[in-house]
Amino acid sequence: MFQYQFMGYAFLASTFIAITCGVVGVYVVARSFSFLAHTLSEIGFAGAAFAVFIGIAPLWGMLLFTLLGSISVGELSMHSDQKESSISAISALFIGLGVLFLAISGSNSRYATNILFGSIIGVDEEGVIQLVILSIIVLLLIFIVQRQLNFDSFDHIGALAHGIKTGLIGVIFLIALAMAVSIGSQIVGSLLVFILLTLPSSTARYLGKTISSMIAWSISIALIGVWAGLYLGFITDWPVTFFISVIEVVIYLTAYFVHVIRHRL
Amino acid sequence: MILTVKNLTMEFDTKTVFEDLNFDLKEGSMTALLGPNGTGKTTLINILMKLLSPTSGSFQFKNNVKLGYVPQFRNIDAEYPLSIKAFVGLNAPLIKKGKVKQQIQHELEETHLTSIQNTRMGEASGGQKQRAYLAQALLDQPNMIILDEATASLDPVAKEELMKLIKHLNQKHGMTVLFVTHDVPLARKYMDEYLYLNNGTIKQGKMSEFDGDYE
Repeated sequence: MFQYQFMGYAFLASTFIAITCGVVGVYVVARSFSFLAHTLSEIGFAGAAFAVFIGIAPLWGMLLFTLLGSISVGELSMHSDQKESSISAISALFIGLGVLFLAISGSNSRYATNILFGSIIGVDEEGVIQLVILSIIVLLLIFIVQRQLNFDSFDHIGALAHGIKTGLIGVIFLIALAMAVSIGSQIVGSLLVFILLTLPSSTARYLGKTISSMIAWSISIALIGVWAGLYLGFITDWPVTFFISVIEVVIYLTAYFVHVIRHRL
Repeated sequence: MILTVKNLTMEFDTKTVFEDLNFDLKEGSMTALLGPNGTGKTTLINILMKLLSPTSGSFQFKNNVKLGYVPQFRNIDAEYPLSIKAFVGLNAPLIKKGKVKQQIQHELEETHLTSIQNTRMGEASGGQKQRAYLAQALLDQPNMIILDEATASLDPVAKEELMKLIKHLNQKHGMTVLFVTHDVPLARKYMDEYLYLNNGTIKQGKMSEFDGDYE
């Protein structure tokens, strides 16, 4: 399968995306940001549609919109009593905008499908380089603040009591999350990027008892999903996104039931 | 004196929480901060921890003070994944060298958590969790510790165990203790002095002579 260059690119890009989403996802789940991650992917869809409309690469439109979106949604949800409703409102607005941008740019529906469901097989050399660089930036961002981010995400009140600047840490994490959503969308699409951001890390919570072991599990499970997904997509010609979703869900449910059974006994 | 408070006043909008508080704490003392619910005990602690700014007045800790603080509420639900050991070490450097690992083990031992250090925090009992919060604060090597309603949700046995631990820290390590509680009988049993915050004013004295009008 690797005699095809596009498969080589696809594996390289998806490996970095899986690592990034695996790491970021541990904090998404710890901070109960799953819904926010989902909303950000819809904002990313609008961003990609906007990029098509003004004629730039979808990735840049996604980055722009998700960065603006994550900061504003983050602010709103921190200060609003109706966190979920305010996120829903923003999500609705951006889906509407996405549909509008696609309609007025006159692009065909294939483009929309690619944005929504991903198009990893279509990644070229330039795309791979961009994704790898962006992944490394996200991982570096997390690494720089990891001690404070660990404390704040897993014990917010304790972190406050220790004088950690939790507001600043929150903003830095939202930036990392926005970037992770944008690059993750390139492989599973903006509708399903939250799979990679939430399922491997949710599974990891059943398997690891330290943050580093959860990160290791989360990365491994994300990698299994994308690698097996690409392989199965290659040999069956069915959508890669379908396989990734199913694999991640099966791994999650297995871990969940094992956890439940163990605790019943 | 390890802490001197002068004319401390706190107002939220138009409501005065307390006015002109004056008191000081001796090094190595065991003081209960008493008072009915909603009287501003936590507000006072938040000011001392510099998490809130007072409306007026001032306070001064001794130069060499190193504060440990165990806040009142934590978000630890039944599904919380970290082990007790990992939770205690959240405040430690990321890459844990031998010395840090030793310190973590020492605090786990001190708080009687060594044998259950690999239990998940979500599965720990109320008393075990509370001791883990204490161990996490002790990792900073404080010489003064502030505990906010640490025994509020504990059963009698866990309460006694925690209080004995705090007494031990005070007697063996000379740690200054400020223990916020509304449990007067418990304070009578374990604390030496009291601060009584009520109706915006504060009284100070020996715990054995406490005659506050609420119990």
